[in-house]
Amino acid sequence: MVRGEWSMKLTTDNSPLTNTYTLNEIIIVGAVTEIEQGKAKANLEVFSNTLQDLAQNDRDIIVVTSDSRGSGKLAPFGQKFPAQHIEVGIAEQNLVGVAAGLASCGKKVFAVSPACFLTARALEQIKNDVAYSDNPVKVIGISAGVSYGALGSTHHSLHDFAALRAINNIIVVAPADNFETEKAIQLAANTDHPVYIRFGKKTMPLLKEVNDDVFEFGKGRTITEGKDVAIIATGETVYPALQAAKKLKEKNIAVTIVSMHTIKPLDISLLADLANKCKAIVTVEEHSVNGGLGEACASYLMQHNIFKPFRIIGIPDEYTVTGSQQDIFNHYGISEEGIGKEVMQLLNR
Amino acid sequence: MTTKELKARSITYRKNILKYIFHANAGHTGGSLSCIDILNVLYNHVMNVSPENFKSPDRDRYIQSKGHSVEALFVVLADKDFFPESDLKTLCKYGSHYIGHPTRKVNGVEQNTGALGHGLPISVGTAIGAKLDNKKFRVFTLLGDGELPEGSNWEAALTASHYKLDNLCAIIDYNKLQITGPTSEVCNTDPIDAKFESFGWAVRHVDGHDLNKLKETFDSLPFTVGKPNLVIAHTIKGKGISYMENVIKWHHGVPSEKQYEDALSELDNAMITIPDDF
Repeated sequence: MVRGEWSMKLTTDNSPLTNTYTLNEIIIVGAVTEIEQGKAKANLEVFSNTLQDLAQNDRDIIVVTSDSRGSGKLAPFGQKFPAQHIEVGIAEQNLVGVAAGLASCGKKVFAVSPACFLTARALEQIKNDVAYSDNPVKVIGISAGVSYGALGSTHHSLHDFAALRAINNIIVVAPADNFETEKAIQLAANTDHPVYIRFGKKTMPLLKEVNDDVFEFGKGRTITEGKDVAIIATGETVYPALQAAKKLKEKNIAVTIVSMHTIKPLDISLLADLANKCKAIVTVEEHSVNGGLGEACASYLMQHNIFKPFRIIGIPDEYTVTGSQQDIFNHYGISEEGIGKEVMQLLNR
Repeated sequence: MTTKELKARSITYRKNILKYIFHANAGHTGGSLSCIDILNVLYNHVMNVSPENFKSPDRDRYIQSKGHSVEALFVVLADKDFFPESDLKTLCKYGSHYIGHPTRKVNGVEQNTGALGHGLPISVGTAIGAKLDNKKFRVFTLLGDGELPEGSNWEAALTASHYKLDNLCAIIDYNKLQITGPTSEVCNTDPIDAKFESFGWAVRHVDGHDLNKLKETFDSLPFTVGKPNLVIAHTIKGKGISYMENVIKWHHGVPSEKQYEDALSELDNAMITIPDDF
């Protein structure tokens, strides 16, 4: 089991990269090193490995692809479990409809396609055939957000949280690291409920040294604790938030980092708790600033008369700047520097 | 069930379709009347599905892609005791499960439909599910001819033949009219048979109001081993009510009280004159 290996290697006592602070302060692990040592993987790869592990013991696990087995790193799955892999060709509407039909036969169906096509072209199938008809398909949006970088806006999914938040009866999840991805896939496989999970293809360091958190949909995961500011991030943006927290610590700003992996249902009790404890709140997401995590948090806070200094970091409503995923992140401040700057401004520091 | 008994049911179903549309002051009258004979034969002669086995994974499936003709489906399901017919008095009323399209909140409905071009992909997935588990159940799906321009139908048509789904039977309610006008003028999809044949399907034509021919056609499934089946059922929109037949305004027209009474008289008369040799 892949995660077991990481856990073992990461819990060695003499890790010089682990700094433990007092209660309510930051606990940060030196995640970069895991990439250097080749221990961390892309969430996409963890997804593929986890599905293979699941399929080994459960013939009801079915993967449906739309010529996306390569981009979904699912070629090994197809080779090992040909009877559990359905290919429909480049036809996303059909992909989701077929997946719904399979789910109605009791199959645990993962419909896998780039998030950009899946949640736009096949939105009506997600809305009607999956969510409204309550066929518990696991809709998997790969290479989400701006993972495709310079391929441009046709290949970006900056609308998926917003679109799916407005659709009843579907859970919306963006795991941040390998741990969350594995847990989300395992949980989704045995959830009798429609769920959308999106992630990218960049190698993602583990956010915590010891991953003993209980992973549940709808329960945010606290990565660090600090009372000056809460940074609520999701998906691949949690890592730059963590980097920013490290820098802010040097300036004596204590940061709570939450990986809000579930966009819907939102963990409102955690959100209320953060608003109570921290002086300010910043949200970060690889999504349009319209209709995503940030607005979901803002809506809850405002409607519960909780008024805190608040900023949403995401992709603004404009033609997205061109470049790699990292270029786009840097441009819009989804970075150690950008997030740090926003926090400083918000705290008037 | 004898064809004579089926014929009597068709007439009763037509009366009920009109009754509940009249009562609700809403509904898709013309299309429900064009497809009702097909549903009659499917539920009373062809399919292995009933309230008793509806939870069984081995039941035959019926997925109505042309969801707007829901009144036809509801009156048949009521007749098959999936729910009390009196429930249909709430059709399209506040808080009722009996809305203007099929929903699974109504016992006997397999899938929520209404947006067009959805039934065939779901049916393809369901038929693949049967094949994966070596189950013998069959999947029937009813499409309107007007929904054929939806591209998802053709995506699914490819997948159906790719996976050799001879346990799938799509039926086109070929009534040749849609809300705007004749289907051939709105967006011509003829010849439907040649198109589906070129996609790898086995295609049969049938008079969609001839109960004997419908029985014969469905009895000969699969038409070709290894190919998905298409039945092009030639029908008449508004069938059975002479002033509605082939008149576009009855797509979702609701009869006045006088028109309703005239329609019932015509159907009562048809009931009396069912020939014995049926």
